[in-house]
Formats: sequence, structure tokens, C-alpha cells
Amino acid sequence: MQIGRFRVPMMASLLIWALLWEIVGRLGLTILLPPLSAIAGRMAEIVPTPTFLAAAWITLQAFLAGNLIAIALGVPLGVLMGRSVIADRMLLPWVNLFLSAPLTALVPVIMILFGYGQTTIILTVVMFALWIIVLDARAGVRNIAPSLIEMARVYGATPLQAFLKIHLLAALPEILAGIRLGAIRAVKGVIIGQLLVSIVGFGRLFELYSSNFLMEHFWALILVLFAVAFALAEGLGYLERRVEYYAAARH
Amino acid sequence: MTPASHASQAAPAAPPPRPIVQVERIGKVYPGGVEALSDLSLDFPEGQLTTLLGPSGCGKTTLLKIIAGLIEPTRGQVLVDGQPVSGPGPERAFVFQDFALLPWASVLRNVAFGLELRGLAKGEREAIAEQQIQEVGLKGFEQHFPHQLSGGMRQRVGLARALAVDAKVLLMDEPFSAVDEQTRRKFQEDLLALVAHQKKTFLFVTHSIEEAVYVSDRIVLLSRRPSQVTRIIEPAVPRGGDPDAIRRHASYLDTVETIWRGLKHYVD
Repeated sequence: MQIGRFRVPMMASLLIWALLWEIVGRLGLTILLPPLSAIAGRMAEIVPTPTFLAAAWITLQAFLAGNLIAIALGVPLGVLMGRSVIADRMLLPWVNLFLSAPLTALVPVIMILFGYGQTTIILTVVMFALWIIVLDARAGVRNIAPSLIEMARVYGATPLQAFLKIHLLAALPEILAGIRLGAIRAVKGVIIGQLLVSIVGFGRLFELYSSNFLMEHFWALILVLFAVAFALAEGLGYLERRVEYYAAARH
Repeated sequence: MTPASHASQAAPAAPPPRPIVQVERIGKVYPGGVEALSDLSLDFPEGQLTTLLGPSGCGKTTLLKIIAGLIEPTRGQVLVDGQPVSGPGPERAFVFQDFALLPWASVLRNVAFGLELRGLAKGEREAIAEQQIQEVGLKGFEQHFPHQLSGGMRQRVGLARALAVDAKVLLMDEPFSAVDEQTRRKFQEDLLALVAHQKKTFLFVTHSIEEAVYVSDRIVLLSRRPSQVTRIIEPAVPRGGDPDAIRRHASYLDTVETIWRGLKHYVD
């Protein structure tokens, strides 16, 4: 955008919204919306506290563990579905169902099975991230040139060799796209899991702040989480563009 | 119309070579009912280059892939060295029309890939690969990646990979159809030298009559689907001299003409 000769940076609109928030907050219309400056002050206050750091650490653990499990399960499953018609017929309806299902509704079931703890949260993350990873790995394998698959067979590749040396690498751009989308879903998974379990990590903090009407704390926490999720998605997108460039250069 | 009329001039005094690949009453019906091959029997003599030639869609690639063990025939069997084929095997190597190289691997690794799959140690397989890279004229390109090479050079990589596994039979599926005309001619000349030099059997699929006559010891003409052998021609073209002289030689031109007359009616 340009005003006269002056080029306005992309993020400039955020400043206008922040200003608007500040004004509405100062007017004191509702207790639910404190001024942004107060929230920023509160953010600086709570982020370094041990409570916050402990919550962040346990959240990061659940996020990473859930993602790793989802990748370790999802990539081989997707490759299998891409290669085997029978596996594809058996599993694809379920993958598509879970991909579009409101998974939040299933978290209470996991809670009953695995209790109110970190295990439930990790499984929630897996459940959110897994399906898109499976579907993208499947698509990647189906895009491999048929002659490359035949080449592996002609030169005597075992199924494991074909998986490790051909399928995984040839489908890498799609697999990485799936992992990125899975990680974005996993952020939702970890927060929803914690909110529903509500005695672990940020879920406990949200519960604490909202039940005591600590709205500045509450908004500070939300803004931190939004910023982290946004930065994560952008960072992974950047990495993926690098790899796609690399993959395209090799075709 | 007998194969003998062309074979007589070239026939060597030595006894005929034994058939290393025997195709016995092969039939192939694809799911959906398309009959690609019907009751086809054919022998491929050892140490020779035999070309499968026919109208497009006649099932010549299907036959080659059945011999490779990539496609299961509906009926009949293929014997290689007297053993029935039930899948791919180390005595057969394949050169693909679209090269089928690993885009993320160097020329060296691509050429050594067949040996890598067999579990040969890195040093050992790379020594063999380097030798074959030199054999196909790509010395100095070992560390290049496929996207840095021209189409012709990529196919040389595919050929070196097939040579590196030291198979008795090399199956080539229209290997030069994706490279430009000049490269193609140079390639055909190199292939002749390779056939003379290597003690291997070559099975070659092409739709180019000129290419078939130029490179082949034997040409098998196939009919349109369901495919059968209509004729076997042994071009009496003098080898070993000036490559360009071959293309002007009377028997080369005559053979091209004979085959064209045999195939012309498929085009209409």
C-alpha cells in the first residue's frame, strides 16, 4: 500500500488496531477488555515468572512429543496407503473422517481412558496432527514417477529399501507440507487438550485467570500464544519453501 | 517374405547362438479386457541386439516389461537362461525411457544404485560405477546431479547403471526417444560399439525403423494389438566401418524400405 510517496509497511494496520484497542480499553466500557498497554505491562510481568515458564515447558513437551508420534505413525501409514490399494481402501475413509471431524468432542473420551494428565494432552496433539500428515504423505507417494518405482523393483530393492531410499525422499516435499500443516493443527490440539484437562500447563493458567476475572493476565496469555502459533506457522512455511526450491531444482 | 532372404548375406559360419531369453506362448490381457499380447513365442539369441519394432500401442513395451518381470503375463512363461521368470532378477537390467534417475543423488550414486541395493560396500560399488561412467563417456561428471545434465547424458547415466550390475541381459525401453536427434545418432553409434565390446544380450524397443535397422542384429516386427510376431529380419548391414557410411549403404536403405512397406498399412 502507498500513501502519496510513502510506502506503508504490511504490519502498519496492526498499529491502528492496537490504538483502537487502547482507546476502547481506556473508555472502560467493559471489564472484559482492559487497555492494551496494561496487557503489555502484564505480559512483561508474567512471562518471566516460574509458573509461566513451567507451563510453557510442559506445553512444549506435549507439543513436541505429540508431533513426533504423529510423524512417526503418519508418514509410514501415508506411504503404505499410497503404495497399497488394499491399505488405501481400508484406511482412507477413516483418515478423511478424522480430518474433517470436530476432534475436540473426542478429548473427553481420551480423558476417561488416560486420565487428567500429560498423556491425554499428548494424545490430543497426535489426534489433531496425524491425519493431514497421513494424507500428504499418501499424495506425495502417489505423485512419484511410476518408472522410479519400477526401477527400484528391477534393481532388486526390498520393500524396506524402496521405502527408505525411494518413497520417502521422492515424496519429501509433500511429506514436509503435511508435517507443517500437522504442526499448526498440533498447536490447537495442545491448547484444547490443556483447556479441557485444565490442571496442566496453560490450561491451568487460563482456568486460574478467567475464574478470578484477571482479564489483563488472560489477554496477555492469549496474545503470547497467538504470537507463538503465528511465528511457528510462518517459520515452518519458510523452511518448506526452502526445501521446495531444493526439490524443484533437482527435477 | 522369409527372414532368410535378408539373413543369408550376413550369416556367419559359426553355429547359431543359443537363445538366452525364451518367450513361450505369452498372452496378456489387462484388467478391463484390453488384450495386449496373444500367444506370442519368441527366442532372443545370446550376445545379440534384438529389436522389438511395431506400430505404437502394439504391446512391445508390455512384452519387454514381462521379460523384465515387472508385469505378470496372463498366460505362458518367459525363460531366462533356462529358468522361468517370476519377477525381476539380477541377470536382467533395465534402461528406462524417462531415465528413472534419483533426482537427489549424484551421477556416481545413481550409477552405483543397483549395487547399493545389493548391499555392496561403498568403496567397491563406487569403483565399479566409476568404471562404467567412463565406459559411457561421462568421466568428470561423477558429482553432478541429473538436473545439471542434458537428456542424452541422463540416459548415459541410466545405461551405466544397467551396465554396473553386470546383468547378462539388458532391456532397453525406447531409450533414445526422449533425447534430441543429434544426441540420438551419437548414442546409436556408441550402442553399436557397446554391443560389440560387451558380451551381453540387448533387447531393444523402438518405434523408429531407421534406429532399429541401424543398431539391430535382429528385428522382430510385431503386429497391432493383440500383438503377434509378423516377421523377423536380420539386417545385412556392414558394421565396424564409418558410421555414416552405414546410413548410406544400399542394404540399410533396402531394409528400412522393406520394413516400412510391412508396417505402412497399420498407419492408415
